Amino acid sequence: MIPEIGQFALILALCVAIVQGSLPIYGAAVGNSALMSMAKPAARGQFLLVLIAFCCLGYAFAVKDFSVLYVAATSNSQLPLHYRLAAIWGAHEGSLLLWTFILTVWMFAVTLFSAHLPETMRARILGVMGLVSMGFLLFMLSVSNPFERLIPAAADGRDLNPLLQDPGMVMHPPMLYMGYVGFSVAFAFAIAALLGGNLDAAWARWSRPWTTVAWCFLTVGIALGSGWAYYELGWGGWWFWDPVENASFMPWLAGTALIHSLAVTDKRGGFKVWTVLLAIMAFSLSLLGTFLVRSGVLTSVHAFATDPKRGLFILAFLAVVIGGSLLLYAWRAPRVGLGGGFDLVSRESMLLANNVLLIAALGSVLLGTLYPLFLDALDLGKISVGPPYFDAVFAPLMTPALFLMGIGPLAQWKKANLPELAMRLRWAFGVSLVTALALPFVLGKWTPLLSLGLLLAIWIVTTAAINLRERLAHVDGSSLAGRLAAVPRSYWGMLLAHCGIAVFVVGVTMVKGFETEQDVRMNVGETATIGGYTFRFDGAQDIMGPNYTAARGTFHVSRDGRDATVMYPEKRRYPVQNQIMTEAAIDSGLLRDLYVSLGEPLEDGAWSVRLYYKPFVDWIWGGCLIMALGGVLAVSDRRYRLAWRREEPAVPAATQTAGRKVA
Amino acid sequence: MNRFLLPLSIFVVVVGFLAVGLTLNPREIPSPLVGKSAPDFSLPQLHDQGKVFSSNELTGKVWLLNFWASWCSGCKTEHPVLMQLAQSGEVPIYGMDYKDQREEALAWLRRWGNPYPVTAVDESGRVGINYGVYGVPETYVIDKQGVIRYKQIGPLDDDVVAKKILPLVKELQAK
Repeated sequence: MIPEIGQFALILALCVAIVQGSLPIYGAAVGNSALMSMAKPAARGQFLLVLIAFCCLGYAFAVKDFSVLYVAATSNSQLPLHYRLAAIWGAHEGSLLLWTFILTVWMFAVTLFSAHLPETMRARILGVMGLVSMGFLLFMLSVSNPFERLIPAAADGRDLNPLLQDPGMVMHPPMLYMGYVGFSVAFAFAIAALLGGNLDAAWARWSRPWTTVAWCFLTVGIALGSGWAYYELGWGGWWFWDPVENASFMPWLAGTALIHSLAVTDKRGGFKVWTVLLAIMAFSLSLLGTFLVRSGVLTSVHAFATDPKRGLFILAFLAVVIGGSLLLYAWRAPRVGLGGGFDLVSRESMLLANNVLLIAALGSVLLGTLYPLFLDALDLGKISVGPPYFDAVFAPLMTPALFLMGIGPLAQWKKANLPELAMRLRWAFGVSLVTALALPFVLGKWTPLLSLGLLLAIWIVTTAAINLRERLAHVDGSSLAGRLAAVPRSYWGMLLAHCGIAVFVVGVTMVKGFETEQDVRMNVGETATIGGYTFRFDGAQDIMGPNYTAARGTFHVSRDGRDATVMYPEKRRYPVQNQIMTEAAIDSGLLRDLYVSLGEPLEDGAWSVRLYYKPFVDWIWGGCLIMALGGVLAVSDRRYRLAWRREEPAVPAATQTAGRKVA
Repeated sequence: MNRFLLPLSIFVVVVGFLAVGLTLNPREIPSPLVGKSAPDFSLPQLHDQGKVFSSNELTGKVWLLNFWASWCSGCKTEHPVLMQLAQSGEVPIYGMDYKDQREEALAWLRRWGNPYPVTAVDESGRVGINYGVYGVPETYVIDKQGVIRYKQIGPLDDDVVAKKILPLVKELQAK
């Protein structure tokens, strides 16, 4: 019964989406406010219906209803409850439901925070989002129904892929999808602006917080995925340039470019056409990512359940949504005037360079991801494009971008003075250069890449410090604390996000430069030394988990004769799918990770063992989190809160103040 | 050309490729040997060590060459398919026991059944190298002139046999 309610809720949601995607847009075109006002209740209704469907599927998993095909295929009676719930998005059908659910969450959020928008704008935005969700609901109901029954019911489920039975599975997909789908808001804003023909600074100001929030989620989602791969796959790598990783990285690059381009449109009215195109691109790439993951056109570690028929549907959907919006762009964008002019050296030109570099990087990632497909389609042979290509094209493009990151925020809008900029930055450059050249010697090894990475990281931090000092000098107020408080949060957010990049760069540079690994055969009682740490293997015992059996190795780790830690890597066997999983043991620290993973059992209790010493590896994810935190700080800026409040319908002043105190 | 149409044109090209991509299987690995002469070999037979089995005995016949081993689990998976194909008599399947122990291989065939008229022993794996074997099981379709016409990496299943192997064998036999 419950699954049927879920199914019915989805059908109703589709009906609502059809209404939401047509009438308000039509109403906005002809100026009928009755039709336009339908957008808000429709979006809220749709949110409620998809929420019901989502809960129904969750319930089916919670009560182990193996008469639902999807539940039987992705869970098992032995699977713990939190993984049964995470199994909602453990395969194709449920992932789509999560996608659609999150889309309606964003729609709901738009209805909550759009009181200050003109009625036509809001009707168009919600209408466009309704069209997108219509496509996904149709897709689910036609070829990927999560509520399909299995009659007679299975005695037990086939279980969730053991690779996915991990805390990462609980957090990574929802975060990633919040980011992916969040770009649909910026997309809907852009399409609404194109439809209405009013691409102005106000449009950019409204889009900015939405874009930044989506970007924060995507940043955290990617970081979680990378961290998960690091400890779960047992290879000790953190980024593999796998097609599906690239599929999440490309919207991130486009979104990063969009955030910067929106700043120019907001502050200076420039880059309008370009900003619109970026907004379309960021969401298009999210859709493309979904297509690549779900259609099976590319081989990938993530291609868990793929089906060409579904691929065809997504491709058609892709063609309609992206093709349609690019057509609209080609039709409407030429009429948008250019913004104010600017000099070759100015903040605009630096942000433009940042955009060009990010998009060039995006293009090269896209090319590398699709290149095997292109060659295969032209019958020119099968190849795979791996990390050497991506490393070779990505680093040279990012180096100037990171360098400009230090200068851009200090340059004036419209026209900056290059010699004067050089004067202001000379200390930052000198300090960065000397430290970057000297530090590797202190650490014991010098390579050009090591110095370059450190140079860029220190450069970003020192220029940020100069930036902050100059900013404080221009703020009124006697005490330092008062002046610090007067600096707007969006400015702090920018500095913090840029410093996050610096932290990330340090992590990457140090891991590349100083990581060491050893593949050894270890008998019981034998020791191996890596990175100054001595590992003693104390044998492996058999243990029982809730739905697996495992061999658990014990390693006593010491440094300079003193006990440091004890590590327990496991080799697990999941009997339902008869899969072997390597569960690495990791001892994390601010300055280094120790990483032990069990290979194969050898005779007499000996094992082949892989040991890694990874300096600064946690800075990679720490940097991403700092970036996201910067985004959150920027969104919490006063001016957005004021904008939302200012245009609210008139409320007596007294209640408004009271409300603020409570808030 | 209108520069505002550029993004759309790029997108149209990408969609075209994606559409073609949907019809392709990225997991299919081509063998450079398909369309080339099968490497010759002369190896001792599994059941009678004194006798030699050599590939040029089969010139003029369409035949399958199946690399297998008693230690390989994929070979167990495809074994019923091979037995059925052998019983149908459509095409002879010759076995190549790859990097295996003679006793274990014989025991394996006694236990599960023997689909092969003759099995050769490639103990060192040298013939496997000549054929570019990635891993067992692998199956080659070889025509009357001794040219490799098809290569299956991994276990055969009913679908592949019905849709690829048998039509190809019939076409080659008719030539």
